[in-house]
Amino acid sequence: MFEGKQVIVIGERDGIAGPAIARCVEAAGGRVAFVATECFV
Amino acid sequence: MDLQTQEAIERLAAEHGRDALLVLLGAPDPESAGIAAETVTLGDPSYAGPLAGAQLGLEVYHVLEDEVRRAVPPEAWEEHIGVMADVLDARALAEAVRSFRGRAGRG
Repeated sequence: MFEGKQVIVIGERDGIAGPAIARCVEAAGGRVAFVATECFV
Repeated sequence: MDLQTQEAIERLAAEHGRDALLVLLGAPDPESAGIAAETVTLGDPSYAGPLAGAQLGLEVYHVLEDEVRRAVPPEAWEEHIGVMADVLDARALAEAVRSFRGRAGRG
């Protein structure tokens, strides 16, 4: 699902953090274009 | 969604085109997942950020959705997502995001 895509990762502090998602994308051969970890209030 | 994040998404959409982008969310609850999914498809619902009124219609998934999990090697999934997949309500999160993925021209 990541082939040919630039992946935008929007993690969340109380859920799954951005870097953790980014590692999964990279392990799947995807390209990460942006990573953030937000704090939803 | 943070204004800096919205700015980055706006820039990437202009740079690569919306069809080249895929958004993955890590929100802990359906409400925040839905707001984030709405922001990247129909525009910022708070009308506070750069994506207000921007119907980008980006392809968006929550990281716990089956499509994403199947794409990630099991060992990487276990190492980086692991227990959170058991703690969070994956089905509710998927429904919240899917409801927006079907809009703004996406099926």
